[in-house]
Amino acid sequence: MSDAREQILASIRRSLKRTGALEGSMSQMLDERLARHPVHIQPALQGDLAARFVSKLEAVAGTAARVSSLSAVPDAVVDYLSAQALPLEVVMASAPMLAQMDWPASLKIERRIARREDHVTVTGAFAAVAETGSLVLVSGRESPTTLNFLPDVHIVVLRREQIVAHIEDVWSQLRRELAAMPRTINFITGPSRTADIEQTIQLGAHGPRSLHVILVEG
Amino acid sequence: MKSNAHAFKARATVALQDIKLQKALANAKSGFVDKRLAAIDALPEFEQLREAACELKDHTLAHLDYYLERFESRVMAHGGHVHWARSPAEARAIVVDLCRRAKARRITKGKSMVGEEIAVNEALEAAGFEVVETDLGEYIIQLAKEPPSHIIAPAVHKTRDQITELFHDHHRKYGREERVTEIPDIVNEARQVLREAFLSADVGITGANFLIAETGSTVIVTNEGNGDLTNTLPRVHIVTASIEKVVPTLEDVTTMLRLLARSATGQEMSSYTTFSTGPRRGDDLDGPQEFHVVLVDNGRSRMLGDEFREMLRCIRCGACLNHCPVYSAVGGHAYGWVYAGPMGSVLTPLMVGLAEARNLPNACTLNGRCQEVCPMNIPLPRMLRALRVHEFEERLTPPRMRWGLGVWAFLAKRPWLYRTASAAVIRVLGALGRKRGRFRYLPLAGGWTRARDMPAPGLRTFQSAWRRAHRRRRP
Repeated sequence: MSDAREQILASIRRSLKRTGALEGSMSQMLDERLARHPVHIQPALQGDLAARFVSKLEAVAGTAARVSSLSAVPDAVVDYLSAQALPLEVVMASAPMLAQMDWPASLKIERRIARREDHVTVTGAFAAVAETGSLVLVSGRESPTTLNFLPDVHIVVLRREQIVAHIEDVWSQLRRELAAMPRTINFITGPSRTADIEQTIQLGAHGPRSLHVILVEG
Repeated sequence: MKSNAHAFKARATVALQDIKLQKALANAKSGFVDKRLAAIDALPEFEQLREAACELKDHTLAHLDYYLERFESRVMAHGGHVHWARSPAEARAIVVDLCRRAKARRITKGKSMVGEEIAVNEALEAAGFEVVETDLGEYIIQLAKEPPSHIIAPAVHKTRDQITELFHDHHRKYGREERVTEIPDIVNEARQVLREAFLSADVGITGANFLIAETGSTVIVTNEGNGDLTNTLPRVHIVTASIEKVVPTLEDVTTMLRLLARSATGQEMSSYTTFSTGPRRGDDLDGPQEFHVVLVDNGRSRMLGDEFREMLRCIRCGACLNHCPVYSAVGGHAYGWVYAGPMGSVLTPLMVGLAEARNLPNACTLNGRCQEVCPMNIPLPRMLRALRVHEFEERLTPPRMRWGLGVWAFLAKRPWLYRTASAAVIRVLGALGRKRGRFRYLPLAGGWTRARDMPAPGLRTFQSAWRRAHRRRRP
């Protein structure tokens, strides 16, 4: 199929009124733009980032519980499951933050990828975006992607300092902290939904029916 | 998909008389229009974002070869593969071959307009694969054996009762005998039935809303989560994407994302925005083992060099469909091919030929709403007019119309004659129609009077009325 490749590129160049690939100086300029990755217009944000994140999350039918410290997370998970009348069984990502918590013996925890029959998963997040109320999860050994999509209920443990203002802040963090692009980056903004039947919004199309964030303040 | 664009007039006539369709269209229109407006009113920076997005897309198109090659090299650096297809036939052959090599039986699909454009489902089914559309709207129309009627809401033409019957017919084989009539139950039944497909599929095929040159990522923007189950669970992930989808960087795609969901559904951000880069990494526990991107040209590299280049800015939000009086009256199927509404009336003639689709650019009142609401400010009305000019130049216009236009042009170039002739016609018509105030039939105007009356004109022409008024105002 290299024939097709050459012909498409040649046709593009013909349309751009060029005969070959870009000249050195032009291509250098474009390399430089890629390296500089300029930020364009960003929406102005007012007020506290965490408050904005929670209100945006709630506007898209997500829920949030605030706790004062990491040590309060296990109780918050159990409380949520009890309040929703869900069995005390979760599949959990093997992220160190979650692994180090003092989970009660009453909560059955499995650490693996998600399966069809799983009701509830618990994961951390890479970041969260105040602008949109989005959670950002990146795939990896400690955060397999199936946990984000197969269960009925997805619980995300998020530390307050992980909330950034704009989407672009996630890209800066990604370039700073990760050696390479992960296989998958998920921006998750509320539970799964569809409006394909008579324009009526219905939650829980194929992904989670509920998205619950436990926001750790301290 | 075979084009039926030549039959636009006949299909539009049928659509106008379809009561269920008219009900569904009325429902859809108000929903999309109001939600979009609310989302844009809530973002004061929208207009600036629109300018920035057009600028960065024009920049990308002006160096499209560079950015595509960069994208390709980044995909390969992450262990993925890139395939280039000049035509729908080449794209189909590539996808079928990849599925054969994967020894696939069942294939799940996320919604993709390029997938429709290259008619990949038909090819895969002909090759013996089982193909399951997983977006709820696409699943519904797959069961109904229909093409999508809207680029983001493919089953927008279906009423709930029709969906109930479709599910009843097709889900009995899974032991589901009961009719589901309430929306939550219908959605839940689809969730249960499709879950089986997700978990047993060998290959997942999605489209891409964007390709990122900097990282070699493909991006999908969805609400249901079906796209993510499609690109995560099967062994092989294939992305079909057209060449104009590429943008330079993650920051660039961010600007486009701020426009896309707002223009499409009035959401600030869709539920799921997903960046896929290569196959699963060494220590990943899930994700596909193979990652392929099929880049489709299908005439786009040629459009880049002509007066339709700006059409390549399109991000497929559907705003122009939702705001088009013609689309809102006849729905998507009347257009006869994959793309409908104003963007479809430009793309279809360019992709299937103007001779086949010459009616589409004429199915437009030139009210300009489509360009006003287009987040990429595409000059759709100008392009539709340009296609009309080509139609005339290529002698595709029917002889009677050419003759009529010739007569009009002859008169219009002779103002005195035009004034005299039009005044005479108006006087005669005005006198004849004075009693009833309207005509039920007029010779040479049967196309007009077949569906509505022609109001009888006043006794004076606009020109003479104008001249009088003008004279009076002078001192």
